[in-house]
Amino acid sequence: MADVKKIATRESYGNALAECGAKYPNLVVLDADLAGATKTGVFQKAYPDRHIDCGIAECNMTGIAAGLATCGKIPFISSFAMFAAGRNFEQVRNSIGYPHLNVKIGATHAGITVGEDGATHQCNEDIALMRTIPGMTVIVPSDDVEAKAAVDAAINYEGPVYLRFGRAAVPVINDRPDYKFEIGKGVVLKEGKDVTLIATGTCISGALEAAEKLAADGIDAEVINIHTIKPLDEELVLASAKKTGRVVTAEEHSIIGGLGSAVCDLLSEKMPTKVCRIGMNDVFGESGTASGLLEKYGLDGKGIYEKVKAFVQ
Amino acid sequence: MNKLELAKQANEVRKGIVTAVHSAKAGHPGGSLSAADMFTYLYFEEMNIDPQNPKMENRDRFVLSKGHTAPGLYSALAYRGYFPVEDLKTLRKLGSYLQGHPCMQDTPGLDMSSGSLGQGLSAATGMALAGKMDGKDYRVYCLCGDGEIQEGQIWEAAMFAGHRKLDNLVVIVDNNGLQIDGKVEDVCSPYPIDKKFEAFNFHTININGNDMEEIAAAMKEARETKGMPTAIIMKTVKGKGVSFMEDKAGWHGKAPNDEEYATAMAELDKIGEELGGAN
Repeated sequence: MADVKKIATRESYGNALAECGAKYPNLVVLDADLAGATKTGVFQKAYPDRHIDCGIAECNMTGIAAGLATCGKIPFISSFAMFAAGRNFEQVRNSIGYPHLNVKIGATHAGITVGEDGATHQCNEDIALMRTIPGMTVIVPSDDVEAKAAVDAAINYEGPVYLRFGRAAVPVINDRPDYKFEIGKGVVLKEGKDVTLIATGTCISGALEAAEKLAADGIDAEVINIHTIKPLDEELVLASAKKTGRVVTAEEHSIIGGLGSAVCDLLSEKMPTKVCRIGMNDVFGESGTASGLLEKYGLDGKGIYEKVKAFVQ
Repeated sequence: MNKLELAKQANEVRKGIVTAVHSAKAGHPGGSLSAADMFTYLYFEEMNIDPQNPKMENRDRFVLSKGHTAPGLYSALAYRGYFPVEDLKTLRKLGSYLQGHPCMQDTPGLDMSSGSLGQGLSAATGMALAGKMDGKDYRVYCLCGDGEIQEGQIWEAAMFAGHRKLDNLVVIVDNNGLQIDGKVEDVCSPYPIDKKFEAFNFHTININGNDMEEIAAAMKEARETKGMPTAIIMKTVKGKGVSFMEDKAGWHGKAPNDEEYATAMAELDKIGEELGGAN
C-alpha cells in the first residue's frame, strides 16, 4: 500500500472544520491547549473569533460548550480521546447528554496509535464510555474522506455526537466517486460468503489487507466498515451474519465495550452467531511507534488475518 | 416590587419549598430556604424574563449550579407564573415535570440541566461567552453552594470567566456554612471565598443574602461593574424561615413529616402576617 495516499484523521478533522466555517456561521470550536495536536489550529487560523482555547481544563470546556449550545451555537470540543471521553465522562453525560445538547466531541489521538506517549494517553475505552450515554451518536471515521464527511454530517445532525480520530497517518480508502456517508449506515467494502469481518477506524485498512490474504487461502471474507458504532447498522450486520454464519470484529479499542461488544449485543439477542473480537485484549498499551504497536497487539493486516484464519478453521 | 413586597414574595416561595419537599417526602429544603430571597429577587426583580415566553432569545439566563436546591428555583418559577403553584406538590414524583434535580427539557423556565455539583458555572460561563460573541446584552446568573465550590471545575470556570472578562456573568455563592457532613470550614474550608474569586480576576461583593436591600445593592453594583465578572458571596442561614431547620446540616436533604410540615407552615404564615399580609 506504499503508493496509497496517507493522512491522519485528526488532520482531516481540522481541515473539515476550517472548510465548514464559512458554510455554518454558528460553528464554534473549543480546544484545551492542544490546538496544534488536534488540528483545530487550522480552524483557529481561519476563524480566530470562533475558536476558543479553554486552557488545560477539559471539564470546563465541556460545560462552556453546553452553555454555548443552549444559545444556538454548534460547538465542537476537541481534545485527546483520553480526556475528551475519559476525564470528561461525567461532564459529557450530565451537561451534554442528559439535556441532549447540540455539542460535538472531536476526540483525537484515540487508541494505541498515539504511539510513543504510551499508555496514559492511549485511550482504548472511549467508545465503551460514550456509547452508554443515552442519545449519544458515536462515529469512528476510517480515513480522510470519511472523517471530513462525518464532520459535515455531525454539524447537520441535531444532538450530541462523539467523533473519534487518530494521530497516525492512515491510507485513504474511500476516495471514490460513489462514496456516500450517512450516520448509522455501514458500508460493505468487499462482499464475501465465508466470514464477516466488521471493522472500524484504523482497523479498516488492516481488515482489507487481511481479506486479500484470506482470499489467497481460499477464504472469501466479507468486509464491512462500521463507521457509526451507535446507532449500529443492525440490518447490515444481521444480513451479513446470516449469510456467512461467522463474524469477526476488529477495532483499535478494548474488546470490552466497543464495536465488538456492540455487535455481540445485537447478535446475541437477534441472531446468535459465533463471534471473534479483535482489539486490545483487556490490557493497557505502551510506548512505541504506531505501526510497531499495531503489529504487537495484532491489529494490523497480518494480525487480523491470523486471528480470522484461526477462527474460521 | 419594593423591598417589603419582595420579602413577602420570598416568604411565599419558602412556603412553596416546604410544601414541595413535604409532598415529595424527599428533597433539599435547607439550601433552598437559604437562597429563597435570592431566587425571589432574581425572578421578580432582577432578570429580564417573560414567563409567557420562557425561551425569549435575549432573556437573562439563570443556572442553578447547586441543582439539589431545585425546590427553591421551582417555587420561584411557579409563583412567577411559569407553571401552576399547585404542581409543586408533584416534585420528585413519577412522571412529574419537576425532577429531583433541574431538567431543562422538562420544566418551563429552566436554562440548563444541573445537579452534578461543579458543572453549572461552566455552562453559565458558556452562555455569557455566547452573549459576548453575538453582541447581545443579556446577563447570566449562576448560583453555587459554598460546599459546591470545593469542586475543582468551579475554579476552572472562574479562571476562564476572569480571563475572558465576562462582565455579563454574576456568580452567587450561597454561603450558608453547612454541607452534608457538617460545617464547610470543618469538612474542607473554602474560606476566604471572596479572595479566591478576586484572585481569578472577579469583582467581589460580600452581603447578607437574606436581606433584600443588600441583594438589590449588590445586583446594581454587579451591573455597573465593567471588564470583569462579579462574584456575590452571600452569607445566609441554611433553612432560613423555619426555626427547627435553621443552621442544621441535618436539614440539608430531608423532608419534614406531617407534624413538622404543619409547624413550618405555621411559622411561615406568622412571618407573612408580621410582614403585613399578602401582596
